[in-house]
Amino acid sequence: MRRLALQPDGATDADLRVAKSLLRFNTCGSVDDGKSTLIGRMLFESGVIPKDQLAQLETDSKRVGTRPGEIDYALLLDGLSAEREQGITIDVSYRFFATDKRKFIVADTPGHEQYTRNMVTGASTADLSIILTDARKGVLTQTRRHSYLVWLLGIRHAVLVVNKMDLVDYSREVFDRIEDDYKKFAEQLGFDAITCIPISAVRGDNIIQHSAATPWYQGPTLMGLLNEVQVDHSRLRADPLRLPVQWVNRPNLDFRGFAGTIVAGTVKPGDAVRVQPSGKTTTVARIATFDGDLSEASVGQSITLTLADEIDVSRGDLIVTSDAPAEVANQFEATVVWMHEAPLLRGRTYLMKIGTKTVTATIGAIKHKINVNSLEQVPAPTLGLNEIGVCNLELDRPIAFDPYKVNRDTGGFILIDRMTNDTVGAGMLHFALRRAQNVHWQAQDVNKAARSAIKGQKPVLLWYTGLSGAGKSTIANLVDKRLHSMNRHTYLLDGDNVRHGLNKDLGFTAADRVENIRRIAEVAKLMVDAGLIVSTAFISPFRAEREMARYLLPPGEFIEIFIDTPLAIAEQRDPKGLYKKARRGELKNFTGIDSPYEIPEKPELRIDTTAMTPEAAAERVVAFLQARGVLEAPPA
Amino acid sequence: MSLTHLELLEAESIQIMREVVAETEKPVMLYSIGKDSGVMLHLALKAFYPARPPFPLLHVDTTWKFRDMYAMRARMADESGMELLVHKNPDAIAKNINPFTHGSAVHTDIWKTEGLKQALDKYGFDAAFGGARRDEEKSRAKERVFSFRSAQHRWDPKNQRPELWRLYNTRKQKGESIRVFPLSNWTEMDVWQYIYLEGIPIVPLYYAAERPIVEREGALIMVDDERMPLKPGEKPDLRMVRFRTLGCYPLTGAVESTATTLPEIIREMQESKVSERQGRVIDYDSPSSMEQKKQEGYF
Repeated sequence: MRRLALQPDGATDADLRVAKSLLRFNTCGSVDDGKSTLIGRMLFESGVIPKDQLAQLETDSKRVGTRPGEIDYALLLDGLSAEREQGITIDVSYRFFATDKRKFIVADTPGHEQYTRNMVTGASTADLSIILTDARKGVLTQTRRHSYLVWLLGIRHAVLVVNKMDLVDYSREVFDRIEDDYKKFAEQLGFDAITCIPISAVRGDNIIQHSAATPWYQGPTLMGLLNEVQVDHSRLRADPLRLPVQWVNRPNLDFRGFAGTIVAGTVKPGDAVRVQPSGKTTTVARIATFDGDLSEASVGQSITLTLADEIDVSRGDLIVTSDAPAEVANQFEATVVWMHEAPLLRGRTYLMKIGTKTVTATIGAIKHKINVNSLEQVPAPTLGLNEIGVCNLELDRPIAFDPYKVNRDTGGFILIDRMTNDTVGAGMLHFALRRAQNVHWQAQDVNKAARSAIKGQKPVLLWYTGLSGAGKSTIANLVDKRLHSMNRHTYLLDGDNVRHGLNKDLGFTAADRVENIRRIAEVAKLMVDAGLIVSTAFISPFRAEREMARYLLPPGEFIEIFIDTPLAIAEQRDPKGLYKKARRGELKNFTGIDSPYEIPEKPELRIDTTAMTPEAAAERVVAFLQARGVLEAPPA
Repeated sequence: MSLTHLELLEAESIQIMREVVAETEKPVMLYSIGKDSGVMLHLALKAFYPARPPFPLLHVDTTWKFRDMYAMRARMADESGMELLVHKNPDAIAKNINPFTHGSAVHTDIWKTEGLKQALDKYGFDAAFGGARRDEEKSRAKERVFSFRSAQHRWDPKNQRPELWRLYNTRKQKGESIRVFPLSNWTEMDVWQYIYLEGIPIVPLYYAAERPIVEREGALIMVDDERMPLKPGEKPDLRMVRFRTLGCYPLTGAVESTATTLPEIIREMQESKVSERQGRVIDYDSPSSMEQKKQEGYF
């Protein structure tokens, strides 16, 4: 950034306060703790509230304020009309104020249990957290929960603000006991710094100035602390370079630049760097900017680099210090915070965005979830909305990463649902699972092509899906017989030969159904690899699992056949009497009754069983395979 | 030496812009000629240097902007070398919609809200940068940096994606589009300080000068051209004023000021305590009016 010369009127940059530092913090606590009042008060005291808004505030305070005759600072914060009606804050909101030395960005997040998601979001970008408690109540379960969450997100400085001191007569004993309780707890978590401040947001005690009501308190005021606290950027600056490549800049044949934001370290022209995950090395040629080339750039800056050698670099790669690279792996242990109503399930596949890279991640074992109130580890088959757990992740390709506790940007990720595109979870990588490095693929000399060739066929997977009683097994069985009679090598996987063996440990909960289908898909994949024409006949009610199976195979080898039978007709047929049992409530989670069936959006083939016999349906499948070139066309 | 607040804000905005270009198909930058647009355009020139920003500028024109603004628009299109698209709602032209006959609410809805939707649909843009800041107005404080709109351009404040770290989920369903706000974390003061340090060109109306003013319901309205009907007995006075925000001239109130340089503007702001949107008539139409407008598709 250029600095202009002294202005004609004698103003200097220092007068104009153009060089402030920046502190981001978040606030945790509930409405009852007076959090909105505290933030409103800080905004008011820093002078950012304009006169016209103050006039409005006085009017509003009289009309809807909670304290007759006084200004209700909390009213400065309520942003959306829905919240104003409910009288609670429901989401993350961002506030800004500044002193002469520092600009502050406040992520204001509500404290109710169901809003773990919001608190985690607010804490993800914060340098420091303010945790509020009511002096009359002391350290509560929610205080511990908030502290754990912000610690989990990597915050190392916790500030416990003990509010409403006026309601306990500014008692030193009360404050000392709360401080003592809190430090005992918070030190276990491992914060680097813990500060406790006695305040009254309503009266303004110890917010800007030391209060005469607490002569026994020698620590900093809240604003004093925020203004002076050291922001720990120095550690990241001293770390090795991490530059996720965000965009390749190619305006003409003479310039090929790699644009990104430095998330650790510094970089200079001439530095030896490595591009990960490929591992290729080169040196930095230039740091090109609009204001001319830079001699150095450091963590926090968004820059464009050029490299000395023409090596392959694209979006999603990580440029690092050559002799201090990141780790590369495709299997991890991670903490995941779940943010969606539909639970996290083992075996399900999500998109994972980490840095500038997006990959697919399959959830492995869920080791445990964390009770955020007691911090106990409890076994968990799934994670629900606002639950936090530790699980394994398996990616479709290796990525370069650092553990989250080393770097938030190279170790933090979000999970995205492939169907809805919702952000369903956020996570923090702990470490790579060694398995990834030790289990190498054994290159086999006899490969899929050789195995298929000896059978003279093209291997495919025929994935039949539909309601119970739709006719999947009947049709699949007829097709299998036809193929066998044509000297094709086939195998049919169905409920009988899978549920009684491989999957006999699984029940019918949503999580078990996902795992059931995952195993079937993996077995089918191996059989296709063996050169077989494989059929699977399972309800497979969820789109996500069918898509997962599809992605396991090369394009064209997965053929989804939707056996389309209306529920009423399937229920009328009821060959095994299952619908009757389900209707009587003896069978839980029965597809079509109390568990959903997600209709295929684009199956390769749809069979309407109300319009044809099972034999005709089998003919349709065989004709389709001939048209596809999987089977030879019949002699004309 | 750690980075200053403006250096960090600049880096964040640039990162946001690059992410949009990397992950969307057809982005556009909404250019409204004001100081925030000026900063946003400047940041875009920096983000993609030495390439030109790989998207056009779009001005949704109401035909009622200040004359100085049209001059600035032409200058910036020329200097940036970027394509400038100007969209004027043909229905508004046909019906001669204007703030005097139709009032500010109808004028804004038809020219700006409808005009913007038409333009986005016409060109098929799937992402549009806007210069809005979270400090401007209460409902903005909770809006995400990447804010999704349905195919009908509606905003659902209850169903926003969480934004953690610097990670933005840009995936969208067919027909959906994204409004992106790279200046979300800037305040009005940050914008002025940045304009000062970077020497960014701004419309001269931001500086104090003697201008022909009539006072209407407490607002100082500048008579910028002959289209403004004067009420009986009303006569424009020359007054020393400047503008903190620029929109349609009949809907934008000036403030009395003697600040004729950037340092004077910054110092005036350090002392003055009136919000910048106070000069805007549209925010005062009804309670929660901005939130409602946004749900309907206003930027």
